[in-house]
Amino acid sequence: MPREISKLMIVIKKCLSGLAAFCLLAGMANAELRIEITGGVAQAVPIAVVPFGWSGEGELPFDVARTIRADLEHSGRFKALAPNEMLERPTSGLDIDFDDWRILGIEVVIVGQLLHTGPDRYTIQFQLFDVFRGKQLLGYRQPASTRQLRGATHLVADMIYEELTGIRGIFSTRIAYITTSGKPPNTHFRLIVADADGANARILVESNEPLMSPAWSPDGRKLAYVSFEKKHSEIYVQTLKSGARKRVSSRPGVNGAPAWSPDGRKLAVTLSKADGNLDIYILDLRSQVLTRLTRRNSIDTEAAWSRDGRTIYFTSDRAGQPQIYQVPVSGGKVRRVSFEGTYNARPRLSPDGKQLAVVHNDRGNYRIGLIGLEQGFMQVLTKGALDESPSFAPNGETLIYATREGGQGVLATVTVDGRIHQRISSVEGEVREPAWSPFRRR
Amino acid sequence: MWVIRQWIIVGLVMVLAGCGGSSGTMMDDGMGGTGSDTSAHGDQGASASGVGDDNYLSGDEYADPTAAGGALGNRVIYFAFDKADVDEASRALLAEHARYLADNPGREVRLEGHTDERGSREYNIGLGERRAQAVRQILMLDGVSAAQISTVSYGEERPAALGSDEEAWSLNRRVELVYNP
Repeated sequence: MPREISKLMIVIKKCLSGLAAFCLLAGMANAELRIEITGGVAQAVPIAVVPFGWSGEGELPFDVARTIRADLEHSGRFKALAPNEMLERPTSGLDIDFDDWRILGIEVVIVGQLLHTGPDRYTIQFQLFDVFRGKQLLGYRQPASTRQLRGATHLVADMIYEELTGIRGIFSTRIAYITTSGKPPNTHFRLIVADADGANARILVESNEPLMSPAWSPDGRKLAYVSFEKKHSEIYVQTLKSGARKRVSSRPGVNGAPAWSPDGRKLAVTLSKADGNLDIYILDLRSQVLTRLTRRNSIDTEAAWSRDGRTIYFTSDRAGQPQIYQVPVSGGKVRRVSFEGTYNARPRLSPDGKQLAVVHNDRGNYRIGLIGLEQGFMQVLTKGALDESPSFAPNGETLIYATREGGQGVLATVTVDGRIHQRISSVEGEVREPAWSPFRRR
Repeated sequence: MWVIRQWIIVGLVMVLAGCGGSSGTMMDDGMGGTGSDTSAHGDQGASASGVGDDNYLSGDEYADPTAAGGALGNRVIYFAFDKADVDEASRALLAEHARYLADNPGREVRLEGHTDERGSREYNIGLGERRAQAVRQILMLDGVSAAQISTVSYGEERPAALGSDEEAWSLNRRVELVYNP
């Protein structure tokens, strides 16, 4: 049997074992996401990313400039000049005539070349210039294999972003999300991981039963999630690279809301066990020791860890309606954290540890709110009616969340200052429960 | 190569679409009123026995009342927003189910708790579980043994009705009684 087909057969065999298929299929076009800015570009800085030179034979293997341009524009902070409006197309600083750019009001210009340096070897060479002063701000040569070209381009976009804003870029990060297709009772569920710009979508798991609550490990190598493939909820941990997965909790009753400790060694989980009452437990992944954190007769769920791993924030309706509380991981006094509004749930801590993103009921509408932990004030960031599942980008600038538009589940982002909004829709089906990956290790 | 791969992937999708998720088929338990009485006769030799002539009472048809269309065909309990309280009419319906289960200790029921789509998903798992537990308590108070009851919560993940209006929401706030064949 030809090698390619036999490899594919092994993948299929793995997929057919069990009701859920957990595997890495090749990127699927119909799950790719489409990003549009929907609000707030008034103060965007005008920039130009000039089409890069190509030194090699044959076609350009990857349009580096176009991806850098798209990344910078998607951030909402930059407005990129269309190539057909450019008066010149330099590929190096020596060829730049800064007047050609000042005329167009461009403040920053990026030029570069894609060099073919060997079999399966490339170098992305670029320079970043301040147009007013005619001065180079950054120059760099980034190597990449063919397979790495897209990822290396995002690294370059991150470098440019950080140089210009002082904030680390998120173009090399990924998002996990869940899609559904078909109608009940024949709904099909998929857990997908894609690049932050929506490209490179890969299915991690698919199932005819619900999938929920994807959670990235701190090292970005694994995802924990809830699956109903056995007709009741269970928690799995799956390694992205291999597709291998381990079932980490399948206790009687509810198994839900997995959350990784900052050191990656523990999961906070929600269990109901035999008594049917939802509580938060800490599961040590190595020793399998389970420690109970809450005991009340209320629904206690949706744990989120503090940065030092010593406190858990969670949702509880012990006071009647869901609000946010905190409790020491070592056990101890539970303190209420949210005080505005009748419904606050699903806390997620910002990377700097200073704010909690929550689902907040604002006069009948479910919206994303930010609670400042120092002062306790709530800032409502979104305007929908059914907004949920907020997740911070690892640079803390942006929140991705799920919402509904035109009867469809879509994703959206909003910057934490509330200024820039994006809508992210799927070409096919509904999207929900986004989870933003950590930074790639540097 | 590409054609074969596409075909295999289509096959894979079809297999996945086909498996799981479907409700079990209801079987007619009907074992009419006529029992059968067999006596085993050994192969070694013949044995003669008298043949009586009993008069059998006539039986009647038996259909599984929990099957669709049966007496207990109504298997959904509905709830008010954010509540797990079971109203009077629902209690009466549950009493019927409880009586059946108490009379048939071999039958098991799975209580599946659901919510409408509003609010956060894992909290809604809790709310669905609370509803399933409320129904479970009522059945047990009415004499059903714990061993016959299992519960699961789907939260908002398995809606019966699509839509973001009160009509759809009210159809989704429910507990379904699922009898295994």
